[in-house]
Amino acid sequence: MLRLEPRPQPSALMSWASPLIALAITVAVGVALFLLLGKDPVRGLQVFFVEPLKNAYAWSELGVKAVPLILIALGLALCFRSNVWNIGAEGQFILGALAGGGVAMQAGADSSRLIVPVILLAGTLGGMLWAGLTALLRDRFNANEILVSLMLVYVADMLLSYLVYGPWRDPDGYNFPQTIRFAVPTAIPRLVDGLRVNAGVWLAAAAVALLWVYLARIYSGFQLQVGGLAPAAARYAGFSSRGSLWTALLVSGGMAGLAGALEAAGPLGQLTPHVPAGYGFAAIIVAFVGRLHPLGIVCSGLLMSQFYIGGELAQSRLGLPKSITGVFQGLLLFALLACDTLIHYRLRWRAKKAG
Amino acid sequence: MDEAALLIAATLNAGTVLAFAALGLLINERAGIVNLGAEGLMLVAAVAGFATAVHTGSDWLGFAAGAGAGALLAALFGLLVIWLNTNQYASGLALSLFGTGFSAFAGIRYTQEKLSERPHFEIPILADLPVVGPAFFQQHPMVYLAIALTVGLGVFLYRSRAGLVLRAVGESPESAHALGYPVRRIRLAAVMAGGALCGVAGAYLSVIYTPLWVEGMVAGKGWIALALTTFATWRPARVLLGAYLFGGVTMLQFHLQGRGVELPSQFLTMLPYVATIVVLVLISRNATWIRVNMPASLGKPFHPG
Repeated sequence: MLRLEPRPQPSALMSWASPLIALAITVAVGVALFLLLGKDPVRGLQVFFVEPLKNAYAWSELGVKAVPLILIALGLALCFRSNVWNIGAEGQFILGALAGGGVAMQAGADSSRLIVPVILLAGTLGGMLWAGLTALLRDRFNANEILVSLMLVYVADMLLSYLVYGPWRDPDGYNFPQTIRFAVPTAIPRLVDGLRVNAGVWLAAAAVALLWVYLARIYSGFQLQVGGLAPAAARYAGFSSRGSLWTALLVSGGMAGLAGALEAAGPLGQLTPHVPAGYGFAAIIVAFVGRLHPLGIVCSGLLMSQFYIGGELAQSRLGLPKSITGVFQGLLLFALLACDTLIHYRLRWRAKKAG
Repeated sequence: MDEAALLIAATLNAGTVLAFAALGLLINERAGIVNLGAEGLMLVAAVAGFATAVHTGSDWLGFAAGAGAGALLAALFGLLVIWLNTNQYASGLALSLFGTGFSAFAGIRYTQEKLSERPHFEIPILADLPVVGPAFFQQHPMVYLAIALTVGLGVFLYRSRAGLVLRAVGESPESAHALGYPVRRIRLAAVMAGGALCGVAGAYLSVIYTPLWVEGMVAGKGWIALALTTFATWRPARVLLGAYLFGGVTMLQFHLQGRGVELPSQFLTMLPYVATIVVLVLISRNATWIRVNMPASLGKPFHPG
């Protein structure tokens, strides 16, 4: 029978191959699902893997969705590496959008372009505040950060809903729950005229580089990872676990908040109840599939963005519900976790032992 | 007085959803497994239960379908964390994310469906009592079943040999293994039983409580149920009380809204979530107390031999 046998040391090959095998499994299940639903699987694969890459417009849309995913996932990677389970990035994203949007609403048509950095800074601080709340309750009262950060997602969602239905509602908006459209100077500069992808790409690229340096070259980044891998060793070495907790949560909250502000002042241009698009949750998958490594996250972020666009296309082209994206995202993480077993174990055929 | 009776009745009804889920998670956690996938399990079970009830016209088949869906997904999660030793938190999250997506996908054609008129139950004689009758004795049988389950689970955990073995597996799987108990199979059974109960909770939600299918309708109840096991320091009776308490908070929100309280509805909707955080903070403040009561191997993988 098939048995798992521990490897003498973790396989470097498998740690690279496992996300690819997981993707292959997800695609295989996807093909089966398309067949089951009576859709042409070739067409289905095209919609998910070819069409999101076919021209400049498609690439721009890919970037629009990949930027928030990558930004949030980078912060989460730091958290997960230090064994801090922040799963409320969605809430931090909303707070970032609220703070950034709040600033953007103050701008007029003749405001200076310098308002853009202020918006982004406000968003970052908003996200940090929300994550800081989780850190405070964890640090001061030992409250489980998984549950607190998640509950705060619902609270943030209601806060957004209150503001856009209440005090921030556009008086000339025909009673729709939305704020005014932000003035032109607040718009995040676009990379190419006519395409939605904006300077957020540079910010994400900078964040990738910074995180890589922080994890690989900075002492505090090292302390944080030791704390995650071997808490006892970290304690023995005198590394502060409280410091790691605060760093991880504030950095990831800030990144999610930045993503929120970029989204609000970028593609959205106003606040509506539909600001939260699930990026905060999908970014958890991005972080894991990207091996919690900055460069890996770039690849997985692009892949996940492709899933989002594929889902939208599947709706318009194949008449499938958009939520098929969520099915594939969840499957991918499941498959990855299962495949990761192969890093530490190998499969062996072995005769069943007698008795 | 009638208003109070209705509020109590609604509280018990809302608490029942949380009670089934939290009792299920209690079984998991007593065996040493944290299942962060409760939210996803409940969503999939809610669709399965609702769809079954729509097609068969039987609520009870709906509950059974919910339980089956919950147990099946939990078994998948169990195989990953128990046999492949994957991280329990990550695998649970995967289950929650998958469940959210899958339920939205599978449930899309049920969003417009309605169930036939919901049955009304009452216990003869007792139901006619003033105030007490409408408050306690006109509930769906599942409400009483949740109470019976709590008692049964208490007896099972503390008064039966099987319960002792289950607790041993959660406290010290190494010792249980050394004594010759099949730790992994016991854990899988516990995970599946817990998943089935989460499934019942999801199905009750969509078939009786709401009764509708709406995307994402579980709205954090799976996570609140997870918090409840901690609040209750892993004791069945306290889980039930906690569930009613949170059922009460949920109902209070509608009650206040109905009374025209001068507070935007969004702040009222926040109540259960804020309450969860507040209670979590109050309970967790005493770290020693939590540590003493928590199953000692909770969340830790077990490698036999």
